Formats: sequence, C-alpha cells, structure tokens
Amino acid sequence: MFTINASDLDFRSLNERIRESGEPVTVSGCLGHRFIAAGLNDRSIELVGTPGNALGAYLNGANIIVRGNAQDATGDTMNSGRIVVHGSIGDAAGYAMRGGELYVRGNAGYRVGIHMKEYGQTRPVIVIGGRCGSFLGEYQAGGIIVVLGLNVTGDIVGNYPCTGMHGGKIFLRSDCKNIQFPGNVTVTKASGADFEEIERYVKEFCSLFGEDMDTVMSSPFTKIVPDSKNPYKQMYVAN
Amino acid sequence: MGIDFIYPEFEVKRDRERCIACRVCERQCANCVHSYDEESGLMLSDESQCVDCHRCVSLCPTRALKIVKSDCALRENANWTTDAINEIYKQASSGGVLLSSMGNPKPMPVYWDRILINASQVTNPSIDPLREPMETRVFLGKKPDRIKREGDELCCELTPQLELSMPVMFSAMSYGSISYNAHKSLAIAASKLGILYNTGEGGLHEDFYAYGANTIVQVASGRFGVHEKYLEAGAAVEIKMGQGAKPGIGGHLPGTKIGSDISRTRMIPEGSDAISPAPHHDIYSIEDLRQLVYSIKETTGYRKPVIVKVAAVHNIAAIASGIARSGADIIAIDGFRGGTGAAPTRIRDNVGIPIELALASVDTRLREEGIRNNVSLVVGGSIHSSADVIKAIALGADACYIATAALLALGCHLCRTCQTGNCNWGIATQRPELVKRLNPDIGSERLINLMTAWNHEIKELMGGMGINSIEALRGNRLMLRGVGLNGKELEILGISHAGE
Repeated sequence: MFTINASDLDFRSLNERIRESGEPVTVSGCLGHRFIAAGLNDRSIELVGTPGNALGAYLNGANIIVRGNAQDATGDTMNSGRIVVHGSIGDAAGYAMRGGELYVRGNAGYRVGIHMKEYGQTRPVIVIGGRCGSFLGEYQAGGIIVVLGLNVTGDIVGNYPCTGMHGGKIFLRSDCKNIQFPGNVTVTKASGADFEEIERYVKEFCSLFGEDMDTVMSSPFTKIVPDSKNPYKQMYVAN
Repeated sequence: MGIDFIYPEFEVKRDRERCIACRVCERQCANCVHSYDEESGLMLSDESQCVDCHRCVSLCPTRALKIVKSDCALRENANWTTDAINEIYKQASSGGVLLSSMGNPKPMPVYWDRILINASQVTNPSIDPLREPMETRVFLGKKPDRIKREGDELCCELTPQLELSMPVMFSAMSYGSISYNAHKSLAIAASKLGILYNTGEGGLHEDFYAYGANTIVQVASGRFGVHEKYLEAGAAVEIKMGQGAKPGIGGHLPGTKIGSDISRTRMIPEGSDAISPAPHHDIYSIEDLRQLVYSIKETTGYRKPVIVKVAAVHNIAAIASGIARSGADIIAIDGFRGGTGAAPTRIRDNVGIPIELALASVDTRLREEGIRNNVSLVVGGSIHSSADVIKAIALGADACYIATAALLALGCHLCRTCQTGNCNWGIATQRPELVKRLNPDIGSERLINLMTAWNHEIKELMGGMGINSIEALRGNRLMLRGVGLNGKELEILGISHAGE
C-alpha cells in the first residue's frame, strides 16, 4: 500500500502521484482536491479527508473509498468502477453515469443521478443511505437509484424528483406520501420481484457501512418507473 | 383534407415524351412520390410527399423530370406570408412545436456579403501563389504570454496545439443525425487533408477510432458515448455549450432513430430517446465550466486542447472573455445561421446573432483585455466560401468550422427535411438502403476537392493582398471594407466603409 500526503499538493500533482504509483494508494490530508482519479481504469484508492469536486469523473474501473464527505459531481460520467463514501455527498452525484456503483452512507445534495443511463450489460447503481435533495433522477435514462432514508426525519427526497425521467428505476425507502411526483412516471409500492432486484445492493450497502439488513428491509419501499422511453414524441410537427 | 389541407409546396413536372417509365425515380424516392401504373404504363406522382431534394431529377436518365414550386397560392399578403399562415394551420391541427432542419432560411443580413477584401496595387506588390510559397497552416491552442528562457536556452514547451494544413475544419455533426457513411467520408477527408472533423455529441463509432488524430470528440450535456477511451481517442475535446441553430436549448434524437449501431456508439439502449438537456447540469458559472474543462484535462493528461463551443448570442463578448479565463484552449462560436439536423423553427429563426458581428466583438474584447492569446477562435455558422474564410480570419478568427458546405459536397441538396430520416442522398438517414447511396470513397474525394479548391483560393486572395502567411492576416481588419453598412455595423465589425 502506497501512501500520499495530499496536504502539500495541488490537485494536479496529487493526481500525477496517484497515476504514477501503480498500486493501491491511500491519500491522507485530502482537502478539496478536485478531479481525483479522473478517468482511472484500475487501482484501489482510499481517501482520508474531503476530496473536492468531480471525484472519479469518467471513472473507468477504479475502486475509490472516501473516509469523509465528498463534494459535487462525484462520479460524473462514470463508466465502471466503484465509489464508496463514508460520509455525505454534494450535488449532481453520478451525473450521466453509465456503469459502476456509488454507495453513500449519509445524505446527498441536489440532482442525484441526473441523466444517468444504462447500456448493454452495464447498469449503474447509486445507493444513498440518508436523504436526497431536490431534482433526484431528473432526465434519468437508465440504472437504479436506491435511497434508504436511514436516520432521516422529514421527507426522504426534496422537490421535483423524476422530472423528464425516461428510463431506469428509483426505489425510495418511504411511503412517499408527502412527495409529489410528475405525471410522466408511475409510482407504486415495491413488491416481491422489486426486492429481489435491489436486495444485493442494499446488502452491499449494509455490509459496507455496518447496517442491519433485516431492519433496513423491514420498511416499505416505493418504486418509481417512467411511463415512456420516448417522453417527447408527441411534441413536434414537421415544418 | 378540408380545413387541414395545405396545397403541396412543389409540383413534379414529368415530360411524358421523355419518360421511358424505367421507374428509377420510384426506386430512388424514399418519400414515395413516384409510382408506376401498370394499367396505363405511366409513371404517377404524389407531389404532397415531395421535399424537392432533386434525387429523382438527378438520376432520371432521360431528364424527363423537374420539380417546380407550386403556383397554387394563397391570396397574396405581404404581412401574413404563406409560410406564416401554413405554420398556423400546422399547429392548429397538431398542437405541436414546429420542427425544422438546416440553417435559418430567413432573409437576414449576411455580413460576409457586405464586406470586401483589399488587394495590392503598385506598392507592396501582390504575391503569385503559383510561384511563391504561401503558408495556410495554423496552430490552434493557447499561445504563451512571453518568451521564456532557461539560462540561454529558449523554453519551447507549449500547451497542446492542433495543427491544421488550412484554416478550416468540419464542424460537429453527430452519428445519428448523419449516417455512418457521411461520418466515414468526413473522417477520411480530414485525415488526408490534415485537418479535423468533429464527432458531434453522438459518440465515436468503433470503426473511426483509427482516424483519432484528425478527430475532435465532443462532450455535450447528455454525455452520449463519453468515456475515458473516447476522450483519449481524439486530438482535442470539445465541450458543447451551445449551437448556433438552437442556442439555449438541448437536442433530442428520437428513439426511432436509435438502432443497434447508434445505440452502441451513444452507449444508450435501443429505441430510447437520446435527450441532450438544454444546460449542462453541473455548469452554472465560468468557475463550473472551468471544472469540466479541467476534469477533461486531468483525464487526458493535459495532452489535448479543450475547445468550448458556444452559440453567438447577445453578450457573446463577455461570455467569451469568461471562457478565455476558464482554462479552455480554443473557443468555437457558432452563428445563428448554422445548420442542424432538427431544431424548433422558432428558435432556429429567431434566437442568436450573426457570426460576423459576434466574431468581431469577441476578438476586440479579448484583445482589449489582453487575453486574446489565451485562446484560439474558431467560427462557424454558414461559411459559404473561401472568401468568407478570408474575411473571418481578417476579422480575428484563427480558423473556420464548416458543416453545411461539407454536406453539400457530399450530395446534400438542402431540402431541409433531415428530421424525417428519409434523406435520399444517404446523409441524414439511418436507413441502410439509403445510407449505402453515399459512397465514402467518393464522398471523401469530393470533400478533398472542395477543400483543395478553397485552399487555392485562400492563397490567391492572400497573395493579392501581398500576404504570404495566414498568420499575418489574422485580425488584420485593414484588409476589409464594408459596403452598404451603417455606422454602428461598421463600428462593431471594426472596419472602414469602402472608399475610406
């Protein structure tokens, strides 16, 4: 295991050191360094502190663990790999993410999984332990988002979730009775097959963060799926 | 019919004496205009389906066909034009947003045609490009502020640059909006010419990674097909913030056009709409843009220039000033006459500003602020000819982007119905039987012909001015004069009136 102290490095030098190390890396003293592991396709990286924006952007297979909070645009356009955050996370997590997994123990900001997509065998997964801000799954085109709402008082998600959603699924561990969903999605109580679908991700979340699986699964889940994968089809007339 | 009826815009004129009923027109028309009547042995036409693409006209072996504009007209009205009335009918019957293709067809001012180029007479003699070397090569990218030395050694390390054999590139058109064969034609031509083509936002087909050194890969709000290998594949990465034909809105490739190959290239499921949101959801400021620029630079190891493409809009000078400070190496500005595979008519025809004015004001602003060397400027949006290229460079551009002109070279007849996906010339279509009509070997050769011809003309125009290097023309507005322009227009363009 290779250790880098980031406290005296700017993001560019830190990233160079990570890329050059060629082996599993632990970075201590992370404090707002941006673009950590951008585009990296192998390697395990453990970050202690608070990495900056665009952590793991275009990530292509690397495995990142954050012992702390992460900021905005984590996993932007991620293709494969895994990011595990042992704290909370900022806005636009998993923007346009196409594959890989993102596990967050705490809460997430606005626009989680915006324009997330899936393709062929790759199906991205985001699991948020706490609550999500507004605009969850906006334009979502694929993949699975699970929000567990553990230790949350109040609503599990902010305003305007699922606007423009045209693919993928969202599972919220809540009855969602105060949440207003748009007309383009179908909202149902999750049942047998749904639980089978999310079980392995919830299980993984529990084993990563030491939660009790049975307790987590004992609450009701709400499932949200889009009505159409062609939501704007009727809007145009040829001129 | 009835209240919704709009009389067909075109008439198919078939010379019965020349027609031999060979049925070529019938086989060539994807819009099913022509049909053969077994009983009478005659060819028939359904002109309501005709888009005036001239495929049948061009292939009729006996020249029996012509397409003419119908003279069946609504009562003449200078205020309510036929188009304006028909658009109301279409919306009243459908409730839909009007969707159009290709650039703004309205009679808006084309400033290129109001600008004239200088030539040497007597003093500062002109140069004959046939006898003397002329340099049309340009390098795009950030230029250093000052000469640096380490000891006695000149410091030659530059940030990454794009080298072009001539100041023209093929601008962004996605695989999806245009066909595989159209992309292949552009890729082959760009490699042979020593220039670049641009993937647009639809990803890079696996077959075209081989042309990476001559490819600009685009990152747009939908991030279609964007992944680490894609970013690595191109010579440069372009962040698309806007497009001249539809500033302020996103794109939308309908699911019906997402077949297996396009699905693979865009990395999205077959049949699912490809929606590019209007904004990048992580960009709300120049600082946010800087973040995307640097996330790309980090991913590509600072080896590739990053281009930021924006539409020409009202505050373009201030916007460009921000982009020039964002870490971007090149700014591409797309004027309001730029083409598109599909855009809402109202946006295309009413939003944005002419590229000539945008370019002049951006170049002026960046020079006033002392940051012109931070970025190169590439402009597009209806560059019609080599003369437009010369004028753009003299107004301050480093290079031009062309797309409509390139499509015309590939056989496009500008019928402006790309959105139907029934392009009879094999360009704006994904139907295999239509795509194969465009032969990439012939297509690329025609593009090379066009660019070679333009380059000769560029050299001749430069030579006439007594200039032997394109670098010496850039921002050289003394080489330009306006005709028929008012004081304000001349002031913005930074040029004198002819005769001054």
